[in-house]
Amino acid sequence: MNQSVSSARKPAVTFRANAPVDFVVVGAGGAGAIVAKQLSTAGFQVVVLEQGPYLRESSFHHDELKFKDTYDPPFIGQETLTNIHSLQPNTFRKSDTEKAEVAAAITYGRCVGGGTVHFTANYWRFHEIDFIERSRWGSIAGTGFADWPITYAELEPYYTKAEWELGVSGLAGASPFDPPRSKPYPLPPLPIKSSGVLFERGARKLGLHPFPAPMAILSQPYHGRSSCQHCGFCEWFGCEWGAKSSTLAAVIPLAEKTGRCEIRANSYVTKIATDKRGRVTGVSYFDSHKRGQFQRAKAVVLCANGAETPRLLLLSKSNLFPQGLANSSGLVGKYLMIDQSAPAQGTFEHPLNEYKSVQVTRVAHDFYDSDPKRGFFGGGGLDGRFDWYPMGYALNGMPPDAPRWGARFKASLRENFNRTMMVLAHTTTLPVASNSISLDTEIKDAWGQAAIRVTFKGHPDDVKNLSFFRDRELELLDAAGARQKWAFPISDTTLGVHLLGTCRMGNEPKESVVDKFHRAHDVPNLFIVDGSSFVTSGRNQPTCTIQALAYRAADNIARMAKSGSIETSI
Amino acid sequence: MPPLKRRRMRENKANRRKFLTGSAFGLGSAWIALHWPAILAAQQYAHDAMASGQRVPLQFFSAEQATEIEAVTAQIIPSDGTPGAREAHVTYFIDRVLVTFERDKQPTYEQGLRDLHSKTIELLTSAHEFSELKAEEQIRVLTAIEDSTFFEQVRVHTIMGFLSNPEYGGNYEQVGWKTIEFEESHVHAPPFGYYDAEHTKSKS
Repeated sequence: MNQSVSSARKPAVTFRANAPVDFVVVGAGGAGAIVAKQLSTAGFQVVVLEQGPYLRESSFHHDELKFKDTYDPPFIGQETLTNIHSLQPNTFRKSDTEKAEVAAAITYGRCVGGGTVHFTANYWRFHEIDFIERSRWGSIAGTGFADWPITYAELEPYYTKAEWELGVSGLAGASPFDPPRSKPYPLPPLPIKSSGVLFERGARKLGLHPFPAPMAILSQPYHGRSSCQHCGFCEWFGCEWGAKSSTLAAVIPLAEKTGRCEIRANSYVTKIATDKRGRVTGVSYFDSHKRGQFQRAKAVVLCANGAETPRLLLLSKSNLFPQGLANSSGLVGKYLMIDQSAPAQGTFEHPLNEYKSVQVTRVAHDFYDSDPKRGFFGGGGLDGRFDWYPMGYALNGMPPDAPRWGARFKASLRENFNRTMMVLAHTTTLPVASNSISLDTEIKDAWGQAAIRVTFKGHPDDVKNLSFFRDRELELLDAAGARQKWAFPISDTTLGVHLLGTCRMGNEPKESVVDKFHRAHDVPNLFIVDGSSFVTSGRNQPTCTIQALAYRAADNIARMAKSGSIETSI
Repeated sequence: MPPLKRRRMRENKANRRKFLTGSAFGLGSAWIALHWPAILAAQQYAHDAMASGQRVPLQFFSAEQATEIEAVTAQIIPSDGTPGAREAHVTYFIDRVLVTFERDKQPTYEQGLRDLHSKTIELLTSAHEFSELKAEEQIRVLTAIEDSTFFEQVRVHTIMGFLSNPEYGGNYEQVGWKTIEFEESHVHAPPFGYYDAEHTKSKS
């Protein structure tokens, strides 16, 4: 075969159907792709089972109906990149005394690359405090608030690795609140937008310290990938330029290049199988034709996100594991932490044209740490942004006094579409045991498996914190010179994104699901690496930390596998 | 370009005939959900249809129903100096979505059109059809039903048809995007807006 430059990439390996391999990774998202790439690079054979499709840059278009998802009513998106609620229903309730009703309760990335394909690409490291906050603050009644079993210093090399391997734009040292780092960002910040200039203006007036947003989007060409062309379709969309540092663009090609990693898309895993000794033997899944398959492996790495990971463990119960696999603690699915938000918007005299370029260019971390003087636990970061597209703005983003139809509606739309920006806080969510992912007892998905049931009600401190941040947002918009400003109401969160905490990491098998190296306490050849490992929420920009954890976990798994310290059933 | 107001009057007159005969408009592609190859095929179809001057017929509405719906959409986003729902071919967009991904909304439209007719006669006893009313009268009728499920559905669909990708049959020739000054492109370059331009100038 003639090989031109563009087709020089070796075709990826295809393993013989269901022949045993070293590792099965479940989920090709932000964490799974990294684990697969690290393990295959280390010489192991890896099959990655991803329930969603394997899309390429050529599939990504500026089509709000096709790609912008169900986040806002009237829920018109087609869920091209995310979980499909018509096939995978969820149920929702605020507490276990209520009957759970069918609702779109969670959203996550469902394609090769997972959530990193459609994410906004905010790429915040955790701060040192995020790992030791329980020790600093003390206990909080009604929560499982705890320190992590690892520190920022232990994770720092892997933050650096993630930033340099994936490609992140930012300015080291620009924020006085930044944690220490061993290396600067590989790429300079993206160009500032009008929302960034106004955010900076307002923040400075208030004595805050705005800085260029760290973004997993290339400001310059990097590792053979194109730089950002400022088309503006980042959040909820796939990048047609490959400039967003999704694992699809930045990691999967490296994994496939090893010749030892097969990405098997459209593969819906339903059960993790174990032998009589309690060792994992492989996973059952439905292929794209809904035929049942079984993939044997020496070890399984579960990277299916904070909702699907616990569901899979609960679905995998057996005589040996009657509460669900790896669930002797009873904590699988518990301590669900989701992103709660209360944004504010403002309009300005001149056009901002915010629909162009990346969503966020300036951030402030002045209120990152919690402060006892506020009277509640909570902290967060603020960013200046515009995350509307034309249709969504006209339906949900307009000033509250705009009429809903007619000549004055149209006039307001024309006037404000290009003059609006948002200030958004990313805030703490406390781990509450009753907030959880569990199996619905009645509703099943299109593969006949029990649906995900979400139980969630924000802790009172979370809600106070949101209200604190909403006031800061409005102050900032005012200081920036907004001619009109308004906040969206703080209401109970019923749709979860950034799904965290449901298989928490810890040293005590009774109080956690995985150890500090992401190995399940109960199963020696099962590893769990995704948002479910989080002990606390950070400030709800989790991707950077999920990926740093994935690099760290994969290095340790490879080391253990090489030294023969993973007991397998094969 | 002739003044829009005059153009709109002409369109109003020709309206019924246009729906009866299919279309004098060039339509965007027929909407085919989910499968990208199918969308490409559909675009090719639309392209061929336009090139050959073929009509793309209505698939859900009768010509009479389409006339009524168009009159409603034209009050939701009026053509008042800049293009509105009518110029964006919103009625064709709605017709398409009602036979594809919004099929479950068909009963809302069927019942809603009957209710619109009764409300029109109730409020304006000499009237026959909503579409034949003067603008002020139409606004009066719509204000009376603005809290109904039907009106909210038409409102949402009108906004969708005005601002969604033209492939779905609305936002004809991007008139919706142009009206709100949204420029669709794979490439933009800084400065993007007034404030960052000013910021860059002050720094240099």
